[in-house]
Amino acid sequence: MPVGGLIKTFSGELMSVKTVTENRGIGIVETRYYTFAQPPSELVLENGEKLGPVTLAYETYGELNADKSNAILVLHALTGDAHVAGYHKGDKNPGWWDNMVGPGKAFDTGKYFVICSNIIGGCKGSTGPSSINPATGKPYGLDFPLITIGDMVKAQLQLIEHLGIRKLLSVAGGSMGGMQVLEWMFAYPERIKSAIPISTAMRHSPQQIAFNEVGRQAIMADPNWQNGNYYGSRVPARGLAVARMVGHITYMSDKSMEAKFGRRIKGERQDFKFTPDFEVEGYLHYRGKSFVDRFDANSYLYITKAMDNYDASRDRNPGEILRGRDLKVLVIAFKSDWLYPPYQTQEIARLCKQAGLDVTYCEIESSYGHDAFLVEVEEQTHLVKYFLERVQHGRVLSNHDIL
Amino acid sequence: MVEYSVTMTSSDQTRPEFCIIFELIHEGASVLDLGCGDGDLLALLQEKKHLVRAQGIEIDEKAIYRCVAKGISVVHGDIDSGLPEYGTGSFNYVILNQTFQQVKKPDTVIQEALRVGEKVIVSFPNFAHYSARYQLAIKGRAPITRSLPYEWYNTPNVHFLSIADFVTYCRKKEIGIEQAFYLGNRGRIRLLPNLRALLGIFLISSDISSKR
Repeated sequence: MPVGGLIKTFSGELMSVKTVTENRGIGIVETRYYTFAQPPSELVLENGEKLGPVTLAYETYGELNADKSNAILVLHALTGDAHVAGYHKGDKNPGWWDNMVGPGKAFDTGKYFVICSNIIGGCKGSTGPSSINPATGKPYGLDFPLITIGDMVKAQLQLIEHLGIRKLLSVAGGSMGGMQVLEWMFAYPERIKSAIPISTAMRHSPQQIAFNEVGRQAIMADPNWQNGNYYGSRVPARGLAVARMVGHITYMSDKSMEAKFGRRIKGERQDFKFTPDFEVEGYLHYRGKSFVDRFDANSYLYITKAMDNYDASRDRNPGEILRGRDLKVLVIAFKSDWLYPPYQTQEIARLCKQAGLDVTYCEIESSYGHDAFLVEVEEQTHLVKYFLERVQHGRVLSNHDIL
Repeated sequence: MVEYSVTMTSSDQTRPEFCIIFELIHEGASVLDLGCGDGDLLALLQEKKHLVRAQGIEIDEKAIYRCVAKGISVVHGDIDSGLPEYGTGSFNYVILNQTFQQVKKPDTVIQEALRVGEKVIVSFPNFAHYSARYQLAIKGRAPITRSLPYEWYNTPNVHFLSIADFVTYCRKKEIGIEQAFYLGNRGRIRLLPNLRALLGIFLISSDISSKR
């Protein structure tokens, strides 16, 4: 029965949406940690450099079945973390995809064992530039190696093996999470039964790189950045906030901004000539500022660079890799997403078609822009739920009556 | 939805042409349905013919959701642009069930379908049905028949052809017609199909030697 609920958008904003199931949540969850790649057997990165030890922060939901065949790896976007669903003790807000992951939800934790880990390079418990470099006893800063999407996935594979899982039922994620899905498809296709890339791209377009570069330049132009050596002193808050503001603009759409802010003025005018008078300005300031409290500027540099550098077809032929494989793929895009426009996501569907895979592609009507993959819960729930059932059982078993 | 007063369908076949198409497709085949709608035909074939691969292409988002709920893999997009992306001989059968009169370039779509599929099943409403002729010639009105149920202002059809037109087209393009079926008001028709059939169903291939 559809009831109202709150959902966190890409940008961490809470918004009210219709949910498809009753809000039976997961309840209280805890982040766990897995440390591996202890020297001298460090993780060998794509560029040949070594990183170790590596810690991955991760959360799991639901129960792994006896033959370990019901595990789904959820992959997070640029500023996401391992906390997909449920609540951390004392928190007011649930995980970033709580409306999609839980009992009876799209990724039904009553049926599936859902895993999510924070990417390497991140700042939410996994090894990243703010972690202590064992060689110096101080945070890595810019001594942290330039990691790639491939490296993130390589680390995830270690975690999956640690959990005793040979083959994942599915890998799913939007945006940069979708890039990781692609990497699983092309680097470890024998390890997955299905894949759900959402609002993503085989490679960044110049426009996407351009927006990321503005963000990076904002951070590096902040005098507090200090070549990345700001740990223990003042953080490059202004720069990171501006980077986040730019990001926010790209996650929304002309239409969703119009609906949300219009040209409304907030409060009374102040003396300074360039105060943020419009609501949209105040919103961006607020978003930028609150982001600084939860994200590391160096992580932002490393991760955006990993996204920009990513090319799913580098040194390999994805079509050849996929050809003849028993791999089911569900590709989802959103009409108003101009950051990852549907034509980019279509390229993935086309590749799967040409390789003879069982592929479903849906372009969902939405006005929420890139944020849509966190907002349009009903349509995605319908698609994902039936798709996963078919992946697990070979056919659809029941009518879920969602749309 | 087009309804026919025929009784040749079994309980789970909602449209009469389904059972003709059903008979044409062999067990364990791979099938691409262009403009698969709600996926009823593919679902039927998947269940009863144990298709090794069933794929639909559909433009309507709502229909995509209904396909997915039936366990059908479907690609959201139009036929004109979605077809060229498949390799030559990717499917045993490509189906164009009352959809190719709605595409922008039917000639290109047929040629592409013949490339992608070993055989192509085409069905279309017959514009030369006697009722259509009467409405146009005597009453001077755009015809509305059971297979052409739309008003001139809301029809999705952009090309209007008769069974004779299609046969002539195949001859001109050296397309082999392997089998032809005609459905009228009361089921199968053999005599004077261009006058009496509401729907023509053709199994065609690029093999001209099979031309009758």
